[in-house]
Amino acid sequence: MNLSSARYRQALVAITLVAALGAVTGCHKKEQPVNPASLGPMPSTQPAPTANLTAEPSAIDVGQSVVLNWRTQNATSVTIDGVGEVPVNGTQTVTPSTSTNFHLTAKGEGGSTEANVRVTVRVPQAPSNPSDNGDMGSEAAFHQNVKDVFFDYDSYDLRPDAQSAAQTAASYLNSHSAIKIVIGGYCDDRGSAEYNLALGENRANAAKTALVNAGVAATRIRVISYGKEKQFCSEESESCWQQNRRAQFSLDR
Amino acid sequence: MNYRSARPLSLHRSRLLLLAAAALLFSAAALHAQDWFKTETSSGVSNIRLAVADFKATAADPQAAPLKQTFDSTLFNDLSTAGIFDMVSKSMLPPSTPGAANEINLPQYANAPVNAAMVAFGAFGASGGRITVNGLLFDAKNTQFPQVLSKQYNEEANEENARLIAHRFADEIIFRLGGGTPGIAETKIYYVKFAGGNKEIWAMDYDGANQHQITHLGTVSISPRVSPDNSRIAFSSLGHDGFQIRTYSLLLNRMVNFSSGGGTNLSPAWSPNGHDLAFSSSRTGDPEIYIADSNGGGSRRVTSFRGPDVSPVFNPKTGSQIAWISGRTGLPQLYIMDADGSAVTRLTDGGYATSVSWSPNGQFLAFAWNRKYGPGAPGGQDIYVMEIATKRWIQVTHDIGRCDFPSWSPDGRHIVFSNGGGANTHIISMLADGTGRKNLTGPGADMPNWSWK
Repeated sequence: MNLSSARYRQALVAITLVAALGAVTGCHKKEQPVNPASLGPMPSTQPAPTANLTAEPSAIDVGQSVVLNWRTQNATSVTIDGVGEVPVNGTQTVTPSTSTNFHLTAKGEGGSTEANVRVTVRVPQAPSNPSDNGDMGSEAAFHQNVKDVFFDYDSYDLRPDAQSAAQTAASYLNSHSAIKIVIGGYCDDRGSAEYNLALGENRANAAKTALVNAGVAATRIRVISYGKEKQFCSEESESCWQQNRRAQFSLDR
Repeated sequence: MNYRSARPLSLHRSRLLLLAAAALLFSAAALHAQDWFKTETSSGVSNIRLAVADFKATAADPQAAPLKQTFDSTLFNDLSTAGIFDMVSKSMLPPSTPGAANEINLPQYANAPVNAAMVAFGAFGASGGRITVNGLLFDAKNTQFPQVLSKQYNEEANEENARLIAHRFADEIIFRLGGGTPGIAETKIYYVKFAGGNKEIWAMDYDGANQHQITHLGTVSISPRVSPDNSRIAFSSLGHDGFQIRTYSLLLNRMVNFSSGGGTNLSPAWSPNGHDLAFSSSRTGDPEIYIADSNGGGSRRVTSFRGPDVSPVFNPKTGSQIAWISGRTGLPQLYIMDADGSAVTRLTDGGYATSVSWSPNGQFLAFAWNRKYGPGAPGGQDIYVMEIATKRWIQVTHDIGRCDFPSWSPDGRHIVFSNGGGANTHIISMLADGTGRKNLTGPGADMPNWSWK
């Protein structure tokens, strides 16, 4: 008797709870459907894409890597500046040499959306341009940041001053990804023309290697050796010869 | 006896210095007579004393006089340039000009003061728009049967043909009296001519006459090398992708294709069979020696060592060896190797060595060398000749400023080279022993290359 009355009470509570739930939710379900025509023209029947971009870690030292991770919905094509076309969802390891805003654009039938993540790169000395302008920059700014490197006589090894100049140049180039450059290899007027052309090639390639090691894509760099065919100056003095022993950077238009 | 050794000399330095001083005195005294370096210039016998009479004019055509003057001076110049004759000065010759075999008074030439062993003479006529030349070479000491050569020529009358006939007759005499080595009077020299900021390829006769432009590319073209059959010139030309090998057909008078393998491509050199070109290519980022077909296909790498490798040249006698310039140990040095890249041998012991040319007989290398190269060093860059078998070398230019780009003549008796710096650079030819220097061009000419025949 005792037992059966307890069971009866439990069942009663359960029924009451179900009934109460039904009272709360039921009224929404029963709302009348909206006639689409009454809302006027819709921009798209497809929902707009969504995008999420993260970087792990978000701050690194020069030379370290960052894993970019992105998730999108309703997107058909996804691009990341500086990386290019990527899958709609994915990860990628990148090694930026300067602080970089990675900018993702997801395009779908419902429009496009963007996502950004900033990776801070702690560069030991070179000041970094805070953003990738994506343009060529000015000629003056180019020559201010990308300085010619000079060589010892009959040498094609980068001197310490040239190493740091190359670092500065690389960070500028990395923040202006639209720039393509020509590196001209030059020699002083002494020595023989054919050998100097080969030596100039080694000089220009030494400068190119320094930039590539600092993260500049090799495809952005064209190398031309001029040997002693195009002299900067023509006096017979060490200062003039030094002017001529250089790898000269210029914009490749 | 004027040999100097590339090997270091350490013992008995003072005695050696004395010896050297004595040798220097002796060589200065007997510079012309001695057989001081066995190039083709001196085959061990003293030079034949040759008298060349002005030719007798056979027709009174007013056109003939300037043509005959061209002919006479060209013939005399060819024979005196040959390097195998002791030429009788024209002022010492008998006043009469014999035009035929029965007109010559041989004892006049055989006896003092002329003392000629051989006499070249003949008749020159120009009429009806044709040049007619009868050329004779007589042995002055053989009064009974003196005739050595008799040649007839008939060409359209113009300056060029007057020179051409003189060249051909001179080459006949040189071939007959010079031990069977063909003369070079009809050979050409290809070179670089400065044109404003640009450089174009030009050609001239071996004596500097007939200078004319070959390429019109409007850029910097350098290092011309003519093919062994005189049908093409290979050179290196500055374009969008830096210097590239380009070829020009002398038969079609236009550029012909030479495909690039990337990088900077420099300093082409023909193999003696004309099928291959060796050149320097930096397609790997470092200039190395490659060999390719004459159209640029089928290229293969020959050297592999960090540092510039440039300016290859085939052994023209065998085609199986290459001499070239390498900066693998620092300053550029002269090396030889087999054409497959084996048996690499360094030939110079220091300084700054460039621009090698291999003698036609395969025994010698001519190259430019600055033995005291460096910042503030007093050295100058001169032409040197090295005997490959012994590595012994001699200096053949002295105190005339910077010399570069030596190139052997096909008879091995001459070397053409460039002299001076910058816009003053000009081209000089000389005998392989350094004597008989002659300016071939004015300023603004560089990088001469002597044709193979």
